[in-house]
Amino acid sequence: MKVLVAVKRVVDYNVKVRVKSDGTGVDIANVKMSMNPFDEIAVEEAVRLKEKGTVTEVIAVSCGDAKCQETLRTAMAIGADRGILVETTEELQPLAVAKLLKALVDKEQPQLIILGKQAIDDDANQTGQMLAALADLPQATFASKVALAADKVTVAREVDGGMETLTLTLPAVITTDLRLNEPRYVTLPNIMKAKKKQLDVFKPEDLGVDVKPRLKTLKVSEPPKRGAGIKVPDVATLVDKLKNEAKVI
Amino acid sequence: MTALVIAEHDHASIKPATLNTVTAALACGGDVHILVAGANAAEAAKAAAQIAGVSKVIAADSASLAENLAENVAAQVLAIAANYSHILFPSTANGKNVAPRVAAKLDVAQISDITLVVSPDTFERPIYAGNAIATVQSTDATKVITVRTTGFDAAAATGGSAAIETAEGVADSGKSSFVGREVTKSERPELTAAKIIVSGGRALGSAEKFTEVMAPLADKLNAGLGASRAAVDAGYAPNDWQVGQTGKIVAPQLYIAAGISGAIQHLAGMKDSKVIVAINKDEEAPIFSVADYGLVADLFTAVPELVRSLD
Repeated sequence: MKVLVAVKRVVDYNVKVRVKSDGTGVDIANVKMSMNPFDEIAVEEAVRLKEKGTVTEVIAVSCGDAKCQETLRTAMAIGADRGILVETTEELQPLAVAKLLKALVDKEQPQLIILGKQAIDDDANQTGQMLAALADLPQATFASKVALAADKVTVAREVDGGMETLTLTLPAVITTDLRLNEPRYVTLPNIMKAKKKQLDVFKPEDLGVDVKPRLKTLKVSEPPKRGAGIKVPDVATLVDKLKNEAKVI
Repeated sequence: MTALVIAEHDHASIKPATLNTVTAALACGGDVHILVAGANAAEAAKAAAQIAGVSKVIAADSASLAENLAENVAAQVLAIAANYSHILFPSTANGKNVAPRVAAKLDVAQISDITLVVSPDTFERPIYAGNAIATVQSTDATKVITVRTTGFDAAAATGGSAAIETAEGVADSGKSSFVGREVTKSERPELTAAKIIVSGGRALGSAEKFTEVMAPLADKLNAGLGASRAAVDAGYAPNDWQVGQTGKIVAPQLYIAAGISGAIQHLAGMKDSKVIVAINKDEEAPIFSVADYGLVADLFTAVPELVRSLD
Protein backbone atom coordinates (compact mmCIF):
# COMPACT_ATOMS: atom_id res chain seq x y z
CA MET A 1 0.00 0.00 0.00
CA LYS A 2 1.23 3.47 -0.97
CA VAL A 3 1.00 6.48 1.34
CA LEU A 4 1.39 10.09 0.28
CA VAL A 5 2.51 12.66 2.87
CA ALA A 6 2.42 16.41 2.34
CA VAL A 7 5.11 18.56 3.95
CA LYS A 8 5.41 22.35 4.13
CA ARG A 9 8.48 24.46 4.69
CA VAL A 10 7.68 27.11 7.32
CA VAL A 11 9.43 29.49 9.69
CA ASP A 12 10.79 27.38 12.57
CA TYR A 13 8.39 27.25 15.50
CA ASN A 14 10.99 28.74 17.84
CA VAL A 15 11.35 31.92 15.78
CA LYS A 16 9.32 34.92 16.87
CA VAL A 17 8.40 36.55 13.57
CA ARG A 18 8.49 40.32 13.08
CA VAL A 19 6.00 42.25 11.00
CA LYS A 20 7.69 44.27 8.25
CA SER A 21 7.49 48.00 8.79
CA ASP A 22 5.84 48.55 5.39
CA GLY A 23 2.98 46.22 6.38
CA THR A 24 3.45 43.86 3.42
CA GLY A 25 4.09 40.75 5.46
CA VAL A 26 6.34 39.24 8.06
CA ASP A 27 10.10 39.33 7.74
CA ILE A 28 11.28 35.84 6.87
CA ALA A 29 14.62 36.78 5.32
CA ASN A 30 17.46 35.02 7.15
CA VAL A 31 15.26 33.24 9.68
CA LYS A 32 15.49 29.54 10.36
CA MET A 33 13.09 27.45 8.28
CA SER A 34 11.92 23.95 9.20
CA MET A 35 9.33 21.36 8.34
CA ASN A 36 5.91 22.29 9.73
CA PRO A 37 5.72 20.34 13.05
CA PHE A 38 2.36 18.73 12.26
CA ASP A 39 3.77 17.51 8.93
CA GLU A 40 6.72 15.95 10.73
CA ILE A 41 4.18 13.96 12.75
CA ALA A 42 2.51 12.98 9.46
CA VAL A 43 5.78 11.69 8.00
CA GLU A 44 6.59 9.82 11.21
CA GLU A 45 3.16 8.14 11.18
CA ALA A 46 3.55 7.06 7.56
CA VAL A 47 7.01 5.66 8.23
CA ARG A 48 5.76 3.78 11.30
CA LEU A 49 2.96 2.25 9.19
CA LYS A 50 5.64 1.11 6.75
CA GLU A 51 7.73 -0.33 9.57
CA LYS A 52 4.66 -2.28 10.72
CA GLY A 53 4.42 -3.80 7.25
CA THR A 54 1.00 -2.52 6.16
CA VAL A 55 2.55 0.15 3.93
CA THR A 56 5.06 -0.52 1.17
CA GLU A 57 5.99 2.95 -0.02
CA VAL A 58 5.94 6.44 1.51
CA ILE A 59 6.04 9.39 -0.89
CA ALA A 60 6.66 12.88 0.48
CA VAL A 61 5.33 15.88 -1.46
CA SER A 62 6.08 19.55 -0.99
CA CYS A 63 4.82 22.56 -2.92
CA GLY A 64 6.79 25.79 -3.07
CA ASP A 65 10.14 27.17 -4.18
CA ALA A 66 13.33 25.17 -4.81
CA LYS A 67 14.33 25.34 -1.13
CA CYS A 68 11.49 22.95 -0.28
CA GLN A 69 13.89 20.25 -1.49
CA GLU A 70 15.55 20.55 1.94
CA THR A 71 12.21 19.80 3.59
CA LEU A 72 11.73 16.78 1.34
CA ARG A 73 15.24 15.55 2.22
CA THR A 74 14.28 15.79 5.89
CA ALA A 75 11.15 13.74 5.20
CA MET A 76 13.29 11.17 3.41
CA ALA A 77 15.76 11.14 6.32
CA ILE A 78 12.85 10.28 8.64
CA GLY A 79 12.09 7.39 6.27
CA ALA A 80 10.05 8.48 3.25
CA ASP A 81 11.12 6.49 0.17
CA ARG A 82 11.03 9.27 -2.38
CA GLY A 83 10.05 12.90 -2.83
CA ILE A 84 8.07 15.05 -5.21
CA LEU A 85 8.48 18.81 -5.39
CA VAL A 86 5.90 20.93 -7.14
CA GLU A 87 8.07 23.93 -7.78
CA THR A 88 6.73 27.46 -8.07
CA THR A 89 7.59 30.88 -6.73
CA GLU A 90 3.92 31.92 -6.72
CA GLU A 91 2.34 32.47 -3.29
CA LEU A 92 0.51 29.20 -2.66
CA GLN A 93 -2.79 29.25 -0.81
CA PRO A 94 -4.47 26.12 0.63
CA LEU A 95 -6.93 25.66 -2.26
CA ALA A 96 -4.06 25.71 -4.79
CA VAL A 97 -2.02 23.22 -2.74
CA ALA A 98 -5.07 20.95 -2.41
CA LYS A 99 -5.47 21.01 -6.21
CA LEU A 100 -1.79 20.17 -6.75
CA LEU A 101 -2.05 17.30 -4.27
CA LYS A 102 -5.25 16.09 -5.95
CA ALA A 103 -3.38 15.91 -9.27
CA LEU A 104 -0.61 13.88 -7.61
CA VAL A 105 -3.16 11.60 -5.93
CA ASP A 106 -4.63 10.89 -9.37
CA LYS A 107 -1.14 10.12 -10.68
CA GLU A 108 0.20 8.04 -7.79
CA GLN A 109 -3.05 6.43 -6.55
CA PRO A 110 -2.09 6.22 -2.85
CA GLN A 111 -4.50 4.47 -0.47
CA LEU A 112 -3.80 6.92 2.32
CA ILE A 113 -2.83 10.59 2.34
CA ILE A 114 -1.55 12.07 5.59
CA LEU A 115 -1.12 15.81 6.18
CA GLY A 116 -0.54 18.05 9.19
CA LYS A 117 -3.75 19.58 10.52
CA GLN A 118 -2.46 23.11 10.03
CA ALA A 119 0.69 24.96 9.09
CA ILE A 120 2.10 27.21 11.77
CA ASP A 121 2.62 30.14 9.40
CA ASP A 122 -0.82 30.84 7.90
CA ASP A 123 -2.68 28.77 10.55
CA ALA A 124 -5.31 27.97 7.90
CA ASN A 125 -6.24 24.37 8.76
CA GLN A 126 -7.74 23.74 5.31
CA THR A 127 -5.56 21.75 2.92
CA GLY A 128 -6.36 18.20 4.07
CA GLN A 129 -10.10 18.75 4.12
CA MET A 130 -9.97 20.50 0.72
CA LEU A 131 -7.98 17.66 -0.80
CA ALA A 132 -10.47 15.14 0.57
CA ALA A 133 -13.36 17.10 -0.96
CA LEU A 134 -11.69 17.53 -4.36
CA ALA A 135 -10.77 13.84 -4.55
CA ASP A 136 -14.16 12.75 -3.13
CA LEU A 137 -12.46 10.92 -0.30
CA PRO A 138 -13.50 10.48 3.33
CA GLN A 139 -11.48 12.36 5.94
CA ALA A 140 -10.43 12.09 9.56
CA THR A 141 -8.93 15.34 10.78
CA PHE A 142 -7.03 16.01 14.05
CA ALA A 143 -5.98 12.36 14.40
CA SER A 144 -4.47 11.12 17.62
CA LYS A 145 -4.50 7.40 16.80
CA VAL A 146 -4.46 5.58 13.47
CA ALA A 147 -5.12 1.87 12.95
CA LEU A 148 -4.71 0.80 9.34
CA ALA A 149 -6.19 -2.38 7.85
CA ALA A 150 -6.16 -3.60 4.24
CA ASP A 151 -9.37 -1.89 3.18
CA LYS A 152 -10.15 0.60 5.94
CA VAL A 153 -8.60 2.85 8.54
CA THR A 154 -9.87 3.56 12.04
CA VAL A 155 -8.92 6.93 13.46
CA ALA A 156 -9.35 8.49 16.90
CA ARG A 157 -9.82 12.24 16.56
CA GLU A 158 -9.40 15.14 18.96
CA VAL A 159 -12.72 17.00 19.09
CA ASP A 160 -14.14 19.65 21.44
CA GLY A 161 -14.79 18.04 24.78
CA GLY A 162 -13.06 14.71 24.13
CA MET A 163 -12.31 12.16 21.43
CA GLU A 164 -14.27 10.44 18.72
CA THR A 165 -13.48 7.43 16.58
CA LEU A 166 -14.32 7.05 12.89
CA THR A 167 -13.78 4.29 10.38
CA LEU A 168 -13.06 5.33 6.81
CA THR A 169 -13.01 3.29 3.62
CA LEU A 170 -9.74 3.55 1.69
CA PRO A 171 -8.46 5.62 0.02
CA ALA A 172 -8.77 8.27 2.72
CA VAL A 173 -7.28 11.53 4.00
CA ILE A 174 -5.97 11.96 7.55
CA THR A 175 -4.69 15.13 9.22
CA THR A 176 -2.51 14.86 12.29
CA ASP A 177 -2.82 16.34 15.74
CA LEU A 178 0.02 16.72 18.22
CA ARG A 179 -0.51 13.59 20.26
CA LEU A 180 -0.43 11.15 17.35
CA ASN A 181 3.26 10.39 17.82
CA GLU A 182 6.62 11.88 18.70
CA PRO A 183 8.76 12.17 15.57
CA ARG A 184 12.18 10.50 15.77
CA TYR A 185 15.43 12.40 15.61
CA VAL A 186 17.01 12.02 12.23
CA THR A 187 20.44 10.45 12.34
CA LEU A 188 23.44 11.41 10.23
CA PRO A 189 23.54 8.10 8.31
CA ASN A 190 19.87 8.57 7.42
CA ILE A 191 20.50 12.14 6.30
CA MET A 192 23.27 10.81 4.02
CA LYS A 193 20.98 8.06 2.70
CA ALA A 194 18.21 10.58 2.05
CA LYS A 195 20.48 12.52 -0.30
CA LYS A 196 20.54 9.56 -2.66
CA LYS A 197 16.78 9.00 -2.74
CA GLN A 198 14.72 9.89 -5.80
CA LEU A 199 13.30 13.42 -5.94
CA ASP A 200 11.11 14.41 -8.90
CA VAL A 201 10.28 18.00 -9.73
CA PHE A 202 7.11 19.19 -11.45
CA LYS A 203 5.69 22.61 -12.25
CA PRO A 204 2.03 23.40 -11.52
CA GLU A 205 1.51 23.64 -15.32
CA ASP A 206 2.72 20.04 -15.70
CA LEU A 207 -0.14 19.03 -13.42
CA GLY A 208 -2.62 21.34 -15.14
CA VAL A 209 -3.32 23.37 -12.02
CA ASP A 210 -3.90 27.14 -11.84
CA VAL A 211 -2.35 28.23 -8.55
CA LYS A 212 -3.21 31.93 -8.73
CA PRO A 213 -4.03 33.23 -5.21
CA ARG A 214 -7.71 33.93 -4.49
CA LEU A 215 -7.19 35.92 -1.33
CA LYS A 216 -5.42 39.24 -1.57
CA THR A 217 -3.42 40.22 1.49
CA LEU A 218 -4.03 43.96 1.81
CA LYS A 219 -1.78 44.43 4.81
CA VAL A 220 -0.12 42.66 7.71
CA SER A 221 0.09 44.48 11.00
CA GLU A 222 1.27 43.98 14.55
CA PRO A 223 -1.38 42.69 16.91
CA PRO A 224 -2.52 45.20 19.53
CA LYS A 225 0.03 45.11 22.32
CA ARG A 226 -1.15 44.13 25.74
CA GLY A 227 0.73 46.11 28.32
CA ALA A 228 2.12 44.51 31.43
CA GLY A 229 0.11 45.44 34.49
CA ILE A 230 1.33 45.56 38.04
CA LYS A 231 3.00 43.12 40.38
CA VAL A 232 1.13 42.49 43.59
CA PRO A 233 3.07 41.67 46.77
CA ASP A 234 0.79 38.96 48.17
CA VAL A 235 -2.38 36.92 47.74
CA ALA A 236 -4.45 39.28 49.90
CA THR A 237 -3.65 42.22 47.62
CA LEU A 238 -4.42 40.10 44.57
CA VAL A 239 -7.86 39.15 45.89
CA ASP A 240 -8.55 42.78 46.81
CA LYS A 241 -7.60 43.98 43.30
CA LEU A 242 -9.71 41.31 41.60
CA LYS A 243 -12.72 42.16 43.76
CA ASN A 244 -12.54 45.92 43.94
CA GLU A 245 -10.48 47.13 40.98
CA ALA A 246 -11.07 44.61 38.16
CA LYS A 247 -14.41 43.52 39.65
CA VAL A 248 -14.15 40.06 38.07
CA ILE A 249 -14.78 37.91 41.16
CA MET B 1 -26.84 39.43 -0.05
CA THR B 2 -27.59 36.74 2.51
CA ALA B 3 -25.27 35.00 4.91
CA LEU B 4 -25.68 31.42 6.08
CA VAL B 5 -24.46 30.39 9.54
CA ILE B 6 -23.85 26.70 10.15
CA ALA B 7 -25.10 26.06 13.68
CA GLU B 8 -22.98 24.28 16.28
CA HIS B 9 -25.47 22.21 18.25
CA ASP B 10 -26.04 18.95 20.08
CA HIS B 11 -29.41 18.31 18.38
CA ALA B 12 -31.26 19.43 21.53
CA SER B 13 -29.77 22.89 21.95
CA ILE B 14 -27.63 25.48 20.21
CA LYS B 15 -24.02 25.86 21.38
CA PRO B 16 -22.80 29.36 22.32
CA ALA B 17 -20.24 29.44 19.46
CA THR B 18 -23.21 29.78 17.08
CA LEU B 19 -24.16 33.11 18.70
CA ASN B 20 -20.76 34.70 18.08
CA THR B 21 -20.87 33.46 14.49
CA VAL B 22 -24.28 35.11 14.00
CA THR B 23 -22.75 38.43 15.09
CA ALA B 24 -19.98 38.02 12.49
CA ALA B 25 -22.60 37.13 9.86
CA LEU B 26 -24.66 40.24 10.68
CA ALA B 27 -21.49 42.33 10.27
CA CYS B 28 -21.29 41.10 6.64
CA GLY B 29 -24.30 43.32 6.00
CA GLY B 30 -27.19 41.22 4.71
CA ASP B 31 -29.87 38.87 6.06
CA VAL B 32 -28.74 35.98 8.20
CA HIS B 33 -30.05 32.44 7.92
CA ILE B 34 -29.03 29.47 10.08
CA LEU B 35 -28.66 25.88 8.97
CA VAL B 36 -29.34 23.32 11.68
CA ALA B 37 -28.11 20.04 10.20
CA GLY B 38 -28.90 17.26 12.66
CA ALA B 39 -30.94 14.23 13.56
CA ASN B 40 -34.10 14.68 15.61
CA ALA B 41 -32.91 18.23 16.07
CA ALA B 42 -36.26 20.04 16.18
CA GLU B 43 -35.43 21.51 19.59
CA ALA B 44 -32.13 22.93 18.30
CA ALA B 45 -33.92 24.42 15.29
CA LYS B 46 -36.49 26.06 17.61
CA ALA B 47 -33.69 27.52 19.70
CA ALA B 48 -31.96 28.82 16.56
CA ALA B 49 -35.17 30.60 15.53
CA GLN B 50 -35.04 32.59 18.80
CA ILE B 51 -31.59 34.08 18.11
CA ALA B 52 -31.82 37.84 17.63
CA GLY B 53 -31.11 39.00 14.08
CA VAL B 54 -31.78 35.69 12.34
CA SER B 55 -34.46 35.84 9.64
CA LYS B 56 -34.73 32.17 8.67
CA VAL B 57 -33.79 28.77 10.04
CA ILE B 58 -33.25 25.87 7.68
CA ALA B 59 -33.68 22.57 9.46
CA ALA B 60 -32.20 19.53 7.74
CA ASP B 61 -33.06 16.43 9.71
CA SER B 62 -31.61 13.07 8.77
CA ALA B 63 -29.93 10.08 10.37
CA SER B 64 -26.92 10.85 8.15
CA LEU B 65 -26.41 14.07 10.14
CA ALA B 66 -26.45 12.49 13.60
CA GLU B 67 -22.70 12.41 14.14
CA ASN B 68 -21.42 15.51 12.32
CA LEU B 69 -19.60 13.45 9.69
CA ALA B 70 -17.77 16.00 7.52
CA GLU B 71 -18.71 14.33 4.23
CA ASN B 72 -22.45 14.47 5.00
CA VAL B 73 -22.59 17.89 6.66
CA ALA B 74 -20.59 19.43 3.80
CA ALA B 75 -22.99 17.88 1.28
CA GLN B 76 -25.92 19.35 3.24
CA VAL B 77 -24.38 22.82 3.16
CA LEU B 78 -23.57 22.51 -0.55
CA ALA B 79 -27.18 21.58 -1.30
CA ILE B 80 -28.24 25.13 -0.36
CA ALA B 81 -24.96 27.03 -0.85
CA ALA B 82 -26.00 28.66 -4.13
CA ASN B 83 -28.43 30.94 -2.25
CA TYR B 84 -25.73 32.62 -0.18
CA SER B 85 -23.01 35.23 -0.52
CA HIS B 86 -21.37 34.25 2.78
CA ILE B 87 -21.20 30.87 4.52
CA LEU B 88 -19.92 31.10 8.08
CA PHE B 89 -18.89 28.33 10.47
CA PRO B 90 -17.70 28.78 14.04
CA SER B 91 -13.99 27.86 14.39
CA THR B 92 -14.83 24.80 16.47
CA ALA B 93 -13.51 21.29 15.81
CA ASN B 94 -16.68 20.68 13.74
CA GLY B 95 -16.54 23.96 11.85
CA LYS B 96 -12.87 23.53 10.99
CA ASN B 97 -13.57 19.99 9.86
CA VAL B 98 -16.37 20.82 7.45
CA ALA B 99 -15.79 24.36 6.09
CA PRO B 100 -12.81 23.58 3.82
CA ARG B 101 -14.76 20.76 2.14
CA VAL B 102 -17.49 23.26 1.28
CA ALA B 103 -15.00 25.87 0.04
CA ALA B 104 -13.12 23.37 -2.14
CA LYS B 105 -16.31 22.07 -3.75
CA LEU B 106 -17.37 25.66 -4.51
CA ASP B 107 -13.86 26.32 -5.83
CA VAL B 108 -13.39 29.29 -3.50
CA ALA B 109 -10.72 30.19 -0.97
CA GLN B 110 -11.67 29.83 2.67
CA ILE B 111 -10.97 32.65 5.09
CA SER B 112 -10.04 30.95 8.37
CA ASP B 113 -10.49 32.23 11.88
CA ILE B 114 -11.63 35.79 11.16
CA THR B 115 -11.56 38.22 14.08
CA LEU B 116 -13.05 41.25 12.31
CA VAL B 117 -15.30 41.96 9.35
CA VAL B 118 -13.83 45.06 7.68
CA SER B 119 -16.27 45.00 4.76
CA PRO B 120 -18.35 42.26 3.09
CA ASP B 121 -15.25 41.02 1.23
CA THR B 122 -12.44 42.04 3.59
CA PHE B 123 -11.56 40.46 6.90
CA GLU B 124 -8.89 40.41 9.58
CA ARG B 125 -7.38 37.14 10.70
CA PRO B 126 -4.43 36.25 12.90
CA ILE B 127 -1.45 34.44 11.37
CA TYR B 128 1.77 33.10 12.95
CA ALA B 129 -0.01 32.17 16.18
CA GLY B 130 -1.42 35.67 16.51
CA ASN B 131 1.96 37.38 16.18
CA ALA B 132 0.67 39.18 13.10
CA ILE B 133 -2.77 40.21 11.87
CA ALA B 134 -3.47 39.90 8.15
CA THR B 135 -6.16 41.93 6.40
CA VAL B 136 -7.33 39.82 3.48
CA GLN B 137 -9.73 40.49 0.63
CA SER B 138 -11.59 37.69 -1.08
CA THR B 139 -11.98 37.79 -4.85
CA ASP B 140 -14.40 34.84 -4.88
CA ALA B 141 -18.15 35.05 -5.39
CA THR B 142 -18.94 33.10 -2.23
CA LYS B 143 -17.08 33.78 0.99
CA VAL B 144 -16.57 30.64 3.05
CA ILE B 145 -15.46 31.71 6.51
CA THR B 146 -14.63 30.25 9.89
CA VAL B 147 -15.16 32.64 12.78
CA ARG B 148 -12.90 32.89 15.80
CA THR B 149 -15.63 33.16 18.39
CA THR B 150 -13.57 35.22 20.83
CA GLY B 151 -13.41 37.98 18.20
CA PHE B 152 -17.17 38.63 18.23
CA ASP B 153 -19.74 39.25 20.95
CA ALA B 154 -22.50 36.69 21.29
CA ALA B 155 -25.82 37.57 19.65
CA ALA B 156 -28.76 37.47 22.05
CA ALA B 157 -30.05 33.89 22.29
CA THR B 158 -33.65 35.07 22.55
CA GLY B 159 -35.80 37.82 21.11
CA GLY B 160 -35.85 36.62 17.52
CA SER B 161 -38.72 34.86 15.78
CA ALA B 162 -37.36 33.41 12.56
CA ALA B 163 -39.40 31.12 10.35
CA ILE B 164 -38.30 27.51 10.29
CA GLU B 165 -38.08 25.90 6.88
CA THR B 166 -37.20 22.26 6.40
CA ALA B 167 -34.71 20.96 3.87
CA GLU B 168 -34.36 17.38 2.75
CA GLY B 169 -31.52 15.64 4.56
CA VAL B 170 -28.67 14.29 2.43
CA ALA B 171 -27.94 10.60 2.01
CA ASP B 172 -25.00 9.08 3.85
CA SER B 173 -21.73 9.14 1.86
CA GLY B 174 -21.04 5.53 2.77
CA LYS B 175 -17.33 6.32 3.04
CA SER B 176 -16.99 7.13 6.72
CA SER B 177 -18.78 5.80 9.74
CA PHE B 178 -18.98 6.82 13.35
CA VAL B 179 -17.61 4.29 15.84
CA GLY B 180 -17.76 6.00 19.21
CA ARG B 181 -17.13 9.04 21.33
CA GLU B 182 -15.39 9.53 24.64
CA VAL B 183 -16.61 12.73 26.16
CA THR B 184 -14.58 14.08 29.01
CA LYS B 185 -17.12 14.27 31.81
CA SER B 186 -16.85 17.46 33.75
CA GLU B 187 -19.07 19.49 36.02
CA ARG B 188 -16.99 22.53 35.15
CA PRO B 189 -17.89 25.02 32.44
CA GLU B 190 -16.51 24.36 28.95
CA LEU B 191 -13.32 26.31 28.28
CA THR B 192 -14.60 28.27 25.32
CA ALA B 193 -17.71 29.35 27.23
CA ALA B 194 -16.26 29.84 30.76
CA LYS B 195 -16.30 33.31 32.34
CA ILE B 196 -13.31 32.40 34.48
CA ILE B 197 -10.50 30.01 33.57
CA VAL B 198 -7.71 28.78 35.81
CA SER B 199 -4.80 27.18 33.98
CA GLY B 200 -1.82 25.22 35.21
CA GLY B 201 1.58 24.67 33.66
CA ARG B 202 4.44 22.22 33.83
CA ALA B 203 5.49 23.62 37.21
CA LEU B 204 2.69 21.54 38.77
CA GLY B 205 5.01 18.55 38.33
CA SER B 206 2.48 15.70 38.12
CA ALA B 207 -1.11 14.87 37.21
CA GLU B 208 -1.90 14.32 40.92
CA LYS B 209 -0.51 17.71 41.94
CA PHE B 210 -2.29 19.35 39.01
CA THR B 211 -5.65 18.12 40.28
CA GLU B 212 -4.82 18.62 43.96
CA VAL B 213 -3.72 22.25 43.54
CA MET B 214 -5.76 23.55 40.59
CA ALA B 215 -9.13 21.83 41.01
CA PRO B 216 -10.06 23.52 44.34
CA LEU B 217 -9.40 26.94 42.80
CA ALA B 218 -11.51 26.11 39.75
CA ASP B 219 -14.29 24.80 42.00
CA LYS B 220 -14.19 27.88 44.20
CA LEU B 221 -14.48 30.24 41.22
CA ASN B 222 -16.80 27.99 39.20
CA ALA B 223 -14.10 28.24 36.57
CA GLY B 224 -13.07 26.17 33.57
CA LEU B 225 -9.81 24.29 34.01
CA GLY B 226 -7.10 24.80 31.41
CA ALA B 227 -3.48 23.81 30.90
CA SER B 228 -0.41 24.83 28.95
CA ARG B 229 0.82 22.61 26.15
CA ALA B 230 3.86 21.72 28.27
CA ALA B 231 1.55 20.40 31.01
CA VAL B 232 -0.50 18.45 28.46
CA ASP B 233 2.60 17.02 26.78
CA ALA B 234 3.89 15.94 30.19
CA GLY B 235 0.61 14.11 30.79
CA TYR B 236 -0.52 16.29 33.73
CA ALA B 237 -3.76 17.31 31.99
CA PRO B 238 -5.92 15.96 29.16
CA ASN B 239 -5.43 17.37 25.68
CA ASP B 240 -8.79 19.09 25.46
CA TRP B 241 -7.76 21.33 28.37
CA GLN B 242 -4.96 22.77 26.28
CA VAL B 243 -5.06 26.54 25.80
CA GLY B 244 -2.90 27.92 22.99
CA GLN B 245 -2.27 28.15 19.27
CA THR B 246 -2.68 24.39 18.88
CA GLY B 247 -5.38 24.05 21.52
CA LYS B 248 -8.33 26.20 22.53
CA ILE B 249 -8.45 29.95 21.94
CA VAL B 250 -10.16 31.53 24.94
CA ALA B 251 -11.08 35.02 26.10
CA PRO B 252 -12.74 34.81 29.53
CA GLN B 253 -13.38 37.70 31.91
CA LEU B 254 -10.63 36.38 34.17
CA TYR B 255 -7.72 34.08 33.27
CA ILE B 256 -5.48 32.84 36.07
CA ALA B 257 -2.21 31.24 34.90
CA ALA B 258 -0.34 29.32 37.58
CA GLY B 259 3.12 27.93 36.91
CA ILE B 260 2.88 28.82 33.22
CA SER B 261 5.96 30.54 31.80
CA GLY B 262 4.08 32.08 28.86
CA ALA B 263 5.43 30.55 25.64
CA ILE B 264 4.30 32.37 22.47
CA GLN B 265 2.02 29.51 21.59
CA HIS B 266 0.23 29.70 24.97
CA LEU B 267 -0.13 33.49 24.85
CA ALA B 268 -1.72 33.10 21.42
CA GLY B 269 -4.57 31.23 23.07
CA MET B 270 -5.39 33.53 25.99
CA LYS B 271 -4.06 37.03 25.50
CA ASP B 272 -7.49 38.42 24.62
CA SER B 273 -8.79 37.59 28.10
CA LYS B 274 -10.19 40.65 29.87
CA VAL B 275 -8.12 40.31 33.04
CA ILE B 276 -5.04 38.11 33.27
CA VAL B 277 -3.45 37.01 36.54
CA ALA B 278 -0.05 35.28 36.54
CA ILE B 279 1.36 33.36 39.46
CA ASN B 280 4.92 32.22 38.88
CA LYS B 281 8.03 32.03 41.01
CA ASP B 282 10.27 33.16 38.14
CA GLU B 283 9.87 36.92 38.00
CA GLU B 284 11.40 36.96 34.51
CA ALA B 285 8.68 34.66 33.11
CA PRO B 286 7.21 36.09 29.86
CA ILE B 287 3.68 35.54 31.17
CA PHE B 288 4.14 38.64 33.38
CA SER B 289 4.45 40.81 30.25
CA VAL B 290 0.76 40.23 29.48
CA ALA B 291 -0.57 39.92 33.03
CA ASP B 292 -2.69 42.66 34.60
CA TYR B 293 -1.80 41.33 38.02
CA GLY B 294 1.41 39.40 38.56
CA LEU B 295 2.28 37.56 41.73
CA VAL B 296 5.84 36.32 42.06
CA ALA B 297 5.34 33.35 44.35
CA ASP B 298 5.51 29.58 44.61
CA LEU B 299 2.19 28.34 43.24
CA PHE B 300 2.11 25.48 45.76
CA THR B 301 1.65 28.00 48.55
CA ALA B 302 0.00 30.86 46.67
CA VAL B 303 -2.82 28.88 45.01
CA PRO B 304 -4.06 27.19 48.22
CA GLU B 305 -3.82 30.56 49.98
CA LEU B 306 -5.89 32.08 47.19
CA VAL B 307 -8.49 29.33 47.62
CA ARG B 308 -8.69 30.00 51.38
CA SER B 309 -9.01 33.75 50.96
CA LEU B 310 -11.96 33.29 48.59
CA ASP B 311 -14.04 31.72 51.38
